[in-house]
Amino acid sequence: MKNIELQRHANHIRKNILDMVYAAQSGHPGGSLSATDVLTYLYFEELNITKENIGGLDRNRFVLSKGHASPVLYGTLTEAGLIDEDLKSFRQLNTKLQGHPSMKMLKGVDMSTGSLGQGASVSVGMAIANKLDNNGHNIYTLVGDGESEEGIIYEAMMAGSHYKLDNLCFILDLNHLQIDGRIEDVMNPTPHKEKFEAFGWKVAECDGHNFDSIRQAFDIFHNTKEQPTVIIAHTVKGKGISFMENNAGWHGVAPKEDEYHKALAELDEMEAKLND
Amino acid sequence: MTRETRVAYGETLAKLVKENQNIVVLDADLSKSTKSFETKKVAPERHFNAGIAESNMMGMAAGLAASGKTVFASTFAVFATGRPFEIIRNSICYPKLNVKICATHAGLSVGEDGASHQAIEDVAIMRAIPNMQVFSPCDYNETKAVIEHVAKIDGPCYVRMGRGKVEDLYEDGTEFDVTKIRVLSEGHDVCLFATGLMVQEAMKAKEELLKDNIDVTVVDVTCLKPIDETGVKEIAKRHALCFALEEHSVIGGLFSALADVLIKEPCTRLIPIGVNDIFGESGKAKDVLEKYGISKDNIVKTVKEYIK
Repeated sequence: MKNIELQRHANHIRKNILDMVYAAQSGHPGGSLSATDVLTYLYFEELNITKENIGGLDRNRFVLSKGHASPVLYGTLTEAGLIDEDLKSFRQLNTKLQGHPSMKMLKGVDMSTGSLGQGASVSVGMAIANKLDNNGHNIYTLVGDGESEEGIIYEAMMAGSHYKLDNLCFILDLNHLQIDGRIEDVMNPTPHKEKFEAFGWKVAECDGHNFDSIRQAFDIFHNTKEQPTVIIAHTVKGKGISFMENNAGWHGVAPKEDEYHKALAELDEMEAKLND
Repeated sequence: MTRETRVAYGETLAKLVKENQNIVVLDADLSKSTKSFETKKVAPERHFNAGIAESNMMGMAAGLAASGKTVFASTFAVFATGRPFEIIRNSICYPKLNVKICATHAGLSVGEDGASHQAIEDVAIMRAIPNMQVFSPCDYNETKAVIEHVAKIDGPCYVRMGRGKVEDLYEDGTEFDVTKIRVLSEGHDVCLFATGLMVQEAMKAKEELLKDNIDVTVVDVTCLKPIDETGVKEIAKRHALCFALEEHSVIGGLFSALADVLIKEPCTRLIPIGVNDIFGESGKAKDVLEKYGISKDNIVKTVKEYIK
């Protein structure tokens, strides 16, 4: 797929995120927007998940370990035509679009997540299962940078390397912000590259908002054998909506009416530019 | 004959692993103690050591189960339920995944290792999680039956086993329905509901009480969640005084499970004989059980007090 098409999809997904969080008046826009381009690439270029195979295990799988970024997952599944849910039901009673993803409620959610760190650990088990079944499928796991303060992440890193899981790819959404402020100020989890390398992982880095750069990082994953890969995606929290960018205040806050219209106008403007 | 329940676990699981290619076994550096290493002898490719990282072991178990595997994960009861509690809650029980947590070295009878290793609240915290089923077998053959049962049923299970040898109560070839309570000895008026190694203590107490013409009923409660509500009510109808015997805190274990049922029934008293909300200490298993009030002698004494 051409980059311009990926950019269009990403812009639609950003609109989905904005609509969901605005309708619910609840949810996490900042870390959803930072991960939007990575998820766009995953679902349109990498995962090969289709309406036909989405219900089964005989395919690549994705774990949203930073489960609070559920709007980007639902927004992407919708844009890819894989689910057909009313996005405005997000976080409302009886919805399949739970605040944090539930694999029991929504087809296409490969693991229930929400409690930080656990998805990383679970994905190690999934990758081992794929090895046992010799099915050639990969496990992709999106981990937050704040999330990397959780100790279980390092247990998972140890195990991923110990069992030589070259079918496991973490993507670290390095947007430098967590709820209480800059990651470096709250509890500094950096440097990630050196830590992952010390644990025996292949490290690739990319500009998490540039599709050529993202593509090159996944190429490194595909060419790595006998060890797991982490792609450190340098991103901007709130990316695409100017007043949300690089602002920790937008971690878990929904826009009010005027803010919603302002944000929508920016995304519409981007849409017009991409269609030009 | 006296045998460890954990030996029954290792042997049964080794048999199941051979029969069923879908079973995967995890341990956290205690496979020789939990006996899960028995499966490594027959299917080394499906035995994974998580190292001393119980949280990650439970996460890995969830991932394997989410991939269609039936997973058995073992370590000591304190480390199986305490440290990874929230991973069990969110990654195993919430998505109702097929993980069987088979913990050994539960209760005060761990003995010499002392309070840090004596799980007395494991049943309470496992019972509290939705979707989790909890089993506490008392001897070798019952443990075999429980392991075979949990391998067959869908969803998360917690199986509690001890460290030391316990007397056989059930003969080889006994048929079990481990979801139901089992009357081991029929008596009058007083009933001892017991679980785990307290079933053996209850049987010894019965013999002793008979000398004073007190004939108690002894009931083995294997499944602590969901508890056999019908069976418990039926027993309670015939016994005005019941005791709950467990090698566990009086908070959240067998006593609580029985009370949940019996509080809704008329005219039954239920008295706890368990660990009285207190940490244990080092000592020989027998001595620790005696000191903390859950040995045969304590049972006899307590029953007599209440009968007066």
